[in-house]
Amino acid sequence: MEAVTKLDVEAVRADFPILKRMIGDRPVAYLDSAATSQKPVQVVEAMRRFTEHSNANISRSVHTLGAEATEAYEGARARVAAFIGAPSADEVVFTKNSTEAINLLAYAFQNAALDPHADPRLRLAPGDEIVVTEMEHHANLIPWQQLARRTGAVLKWIGITDHGRLDLESVPEVITERTKLVSFTHVANLLGTVNPTSQITARAREVGALVGLDASQSVPHIPVNVAELGVDFIAFTGHKMLGPTGIGVLWAKADLLDAMPPFLTGGSMIKTVTMEQTTFAEAPAKFEAGTPPIAEAVGLAAAVDYLDSLGMENVRAHEKELAGYMLERLETVDGLTVIGPRVPIGRSATVSFTLEGVHPHDVGQVLDAEAVAVRVGHHCAKPTCDRFGVNATTRASAYVYNTHEEIDRLVEALGRVRKVFS
Amino acid sequence: MNLDELYQEVILDHYKRPRGAGLREPYEGESHQVNPTCGDEITLRVHVDGDKIADVSYENVGCSISKASASVLYELVNGSTVDDALARLAEFTELMNSKGQGEGDEETLEDAVAFAGVSKYPMRVKCALLGWMAFKDALVRAEATSGRTDA
Repeated sequence: MEAVTKLDVEAVRADFPILKRMIGDRPVAYLDSAATSQKPVQVVEAMRRFTEHSNANISRSVHTLGAEATEAYEGARARVAAFIGAPSADEVVFTKNSTEAINLLAYAFQNAALDPHADPRLRLAPGDEIVVTEMEHHANLIPWQQLARRTGAVLKWIGITDHGRLDLESVPEVITERTKLVSFTHVANLLGTVNPTSQITARAREVGALVGLDASQSVPHIPVNVAELGVDFIAFTGHKMLGPTGIGVLWAKADLLDAMPPFLTGGSMIKTVTMEQTTFAEAPAKFEAGTPPIAEAVGLAAAVDYLDSLGMENVRAHEKELAGYMLERLETVDGLTVIGPRVPIGRSATVSFTLEGVHPHDVGQVLDAEAVAVRVGHHCAKPTCDRFGVNATTRASAYVYNTHEEIDRLVEALGRVRKVFS
Repeated sequence: MNLDELYQEVILDHYKRPRGAGLREPYEGESHQVNPTCGDEITLRVHVDGDKIADVSYENVGCSISKASASVLYELVNGSTVDDALARLAEFTELMNSKGQGEGDEETLEDAVAFAGVSKYPMRVKCALLGWMAFKDALVRAEATSGRTDA
């Protein structure tokens, strides 16, 4: 049965001038949105308008421009909060990207470890456990691995099955009474797996651990509602969801943000300051030291508006359709092995694969000559590569503006790769 | 872009039939190099006998450019004097940094001139240099062991 998609892809494509960019004599087939998405004119225009019309620093100037800038920045926060179903805009902290959002959290734990009065949920002692999965992007692995090293906590992980799914049977053993934090990827950036969350969050609750998601690859692609997910925090980034680079988001429950010591300190995050000591502002200001990415927040709000106008259910349906088509077509390529789930169920339109006898770097180079843009390498997920015994993969990832025809071009170009390296 | 310029016959030939591959004894210096962007790796050993490179042996995983480059390196420096090998290293590095402007001297660089096209692709220059960086490092280590200090 043909999936019904309500997305008018041609109309969407008209909003993305870069899709007309010629590489050689063909328009680029951009299949690298899992690395970064393209931006519609609405986002670029919103940032331009803000910069030309209202630019000023926020929360400190009484002049008209300062007031407009503050309103735009705080309006963006409210817009993002509504998009993810957060009960309050004050639970949305703007960061530089997902990596910084996760580090903000990891350093809150580290700082709490040095403070005997810190909230016990954040106090890691030697032997306490932090749980991740084997399919994390390095951004949701290394901060926890390093935190464990510094505090004496133990890093544990949920493994991956041969089909590229989380080994959920191991959850009761991996998450134990010693577990204080579980942080796992919602949608895996290399495998494309969409992880079911309820079993892990329920187990985390049972043992009293905090639990959250690296939502970098989910918020742009599927409806995400933090209240429904029942987690304590999520992290995601603007540039993968049609927004600009330089802005990311940490959402966390108000009581958790209250308990967390700040990561970066300095301007804009204080209540009072003397030469001897400082009291901090309430969240989110407590976590936004220095001048934040103001125009980027405006751009992110415009991106959220754009996604809402498409409808996240429609986005999901469109990508499910493309994922199915991509998997079906890729299976026809000689010597191609998909790394990750091979059915379009519980997976995103991000598909990693290997081509027998040809290194991904060479695959990517020949595809580029055919104006097909994909990502090659380890995708900042070395442990996942190791799990599947590969050094690197080629990864094609689709988004709202991609078409069946572009997937056909990918498959044709893979035929040329085979010819060059036969 | 012109793929043939990048993937010259000579490069594909070295890729499919690498010369001198495999790790051998004896050796005085060994180096392990990784390209963090793509995960490519090489382990390379150098056996120095007097002022001669008596053997270069290596094991690598990587793309056609990095594997072919290691094979060409073997052909160029194996059996040459240390001074000649260092001259080839300097010449090849210069060619790779030429941003498509250099052609390379076929008299001295032989098959390695086929890599001139690679220098136009900044993302691939590191691939071509990986083996050469390993050679440079292994040679330094070999000479540290044998006490020679003028390299």
